[in-house]
Amino acid sequence: MSVETVETAPRGFLGWLDKRFPVMAVWNDHMAQYYAPKNMGLWSIFGSLALVVLIIQIVSGLWLAMAYKPSAAEAFASIEYIMRDVNWGWLLRYIHSTGASFFFILVYLHMFRGLMWGSYKNPRELLWIIGVVIYLAMMATAFFGYLLPWGQMSYWGAQVIVNLFAAVPEVGADLSTWVRGDYVISDVTLNRFYAFHFVIPFLLAALVFVHIVALHRVGSTNPDGIEIKKGPKGNKWDPNQPADGIPFHPYYTVKDITGLVVFLAIFSLVVFYAPDLGGLFLEPPNFQPADPLKTPEHIAPVWYFTPYYAMLRAVPPIGGSQFPGVVVMFGAILILFLLPWLDRSPVRSMRYKGLLSRFFLGAFAVSFVVLAYLGLMPSTDLYTLLAQIFTVVYFAFFLLMPIYTKLEKTKPVPERVTS
Amino acid sequence: MRHLILALALLVTPLAALAAGGHGPELEDANIDLKDKASLQRGAKYFVNYCMGCHSLQYMRYQRMADDLEIPEDELRENLLFGDAEATDMMTNALKPADGEKWFGTEIPDLTLVTRWRSPDWVYSYLKAYYVDDSRPYGVNNLVFPDVGMPHPFAHLQGIQAPVYEDSHGEGHEGDGHIVDVKLVEPGQLTPGEYDAMVRDITNFLTYVGEPYKLERRQLGLYVLLFLGLLFILAFYLKREFWKDVH
Repeated sequence: MSVETVETAPRGFLGWLDKRFPVMAVWNDHMAQYYAPKNMGLWSIFGSLALVVLIIQIVSGLWLAMAYKPSAAEAFASIEYIMRDVNWGWLLRYIHSTGASFFFILVYLHMFRGLMWGSYKNPRELLWIIGVVIYLAMMATAFFGYLLPWGQMSYWGAQVIVNLFAAVPEVGADLSTWVRGDYVISDVTLNRFYAFHFVIPFLLAALVFVHIVALHRVGSTNPDGIEIKKGPKGNKWDPNQPADGIPFHPYYTVKDITGLVVFLAIFSLVVFYAPDLGGLFLEPPNFQPADPLKTPEHIAPVWYFTPYYAMLRAVPPIGGSQFPGVVVMFGAILILFLLPWLDRSPVRSMRYKGLLSRFFLGAFAVSFVVLAYLGLMPSTDLYTLLAQIFTVVYFAFFLLMPIYTKLEKTKPVPERVTS
Repeated sequence: MRHLILALALLVTPLAALAAGGHGPELEDANIDLKDKASLQRGAKYFVNYCMGCHSLQYMRYQRMADDLEIPEDELRENLLFGDAEATDMMTNALKPADGEKWFGTEIPDLTLVTRWRSPDWVYSYLKAYYVDDSRPYGVNNLVFPDVGMPHPFAHLQGIQAPVYEDSHGEGHEGDGHIVDVKLVEPGQLTPGEYDAMVRDITNFLTYVGEPYKLERRQLGLYVLLFLGLLFILAFYLKREFWKDVH
């Protein structure tokens, strides 16, 4: 696959480098001669955008770390110092806080695209699993990072989440103390959360690398869910490559750049005109310093965690223990790992699946959004009931999948990709 | 673009209202203008003279305020810097937190970010919502912030307000349902219009203090978006040119 032919061997510095490090082979294997389906369309862009946001987060975060002080006494003031006295500090901080939310928006869209195209099915199970691990690492990073501003919501949000560990039977209390490093959220907790928040993104970057390596092994899929590698060979660029494939570079690079510019415009609208987005991206109570003696009226995590938070609150305690809710909440995330084996459909893409699959995917998407909304709201009887119903819908999408994907009638899949 | 921002704002307004904790009385629109330097300067004057004895602005520097509000150095020194405060100092005061707690029953909050965790409308409405209540230690209560620990700082300016009680028959009297409004019963040194203007200046100033770079951020955003607009045209046609091979 790679170029070892004499005529393409580079000269000059690149030639010197290529003799010692496979620059050309890597470039060709993953960019210039990586053949992606030509019909990937709009939905394929969220992966590369998420990668860009990861880089934005790491770079802006590094600069924020240069002025931030991870101590209970100084953290809140150091954020205001960044916002007021550090040159461009306000911009760095808003980029970072907006980036966190957008990272989740992009990853949720990326995952939804995976569900539509059946991207998790054989041979992409491992690719999907690495993706879910990335999602978990992202959630951990976001959770640790949210404590750092040391505002009221930072403090009490962390308190609520860490207390979830206390619901574990027998060892719970010790476990939550172990996580906090103290009996309450304190300076010790802030320090360790800062350490984790700083280091996990690099693990995340490594996971993204592995995700891309796995992707390039099995190849990109497309809205038709057709394996272009199994189709006829021969295209404009190479007689041995899939007929429906086009080189990633320059075709998808120019396309992703166009999408990136549009994305950056939307991103900038938030950063420059609505950085707190009406309290969704930056919650108003977080502009008050953490006060361990004053519990806010209403504690809600940031929006990207609220679907799970709604599930946690929806499950009634058994024998006074919140443990069942905790199990449901973590189950909702961990069940994603099983997806490749739950889908028994002979076809990959939603385009050729039956009505039942479409119905369940739609219901799943709606339940996720509704649960996110309910998780932001104070719980009332009606909201709790709704949260219970939509939690059931959420799980039904997964647990009934082996049945409805088998039952339904699928449409015939064409030989070649449709454009 | 303005429409988009408006649409976005409308979309999240209920959440913002919720996040602000609001099931209290309806807030009045503060109707402030961050570009109105004269209003901000007046607000700074009022704040430093009336409020800062108790409420600090501990994350704000005098110098930054003077630069942004175009307050000349000699005026800053003469009218806004007290005691041995320097222009480069934070806008703090000499009050000990423990004393504040002893005198008012609660820690006196720093107000640097008050318009961000409450809202400008809240501050504006709050300063207009004091009423006579003999059951409170200082003889006043507040409709927006029930059982507030602080006395009415501007009673001599605003005058004295009495509560208006809810009554289904239109005639209310004390002990009859809850308080829905306040009305002026004894005028102060300022007319209601003058008092509103003063409170608006203070709200404007505190909104500025909550986010001093707010105007700068909007200005810069415009350039960034213009640049991205141009870049989009280039990227779009580049993409179209390349993809001619594919189609």
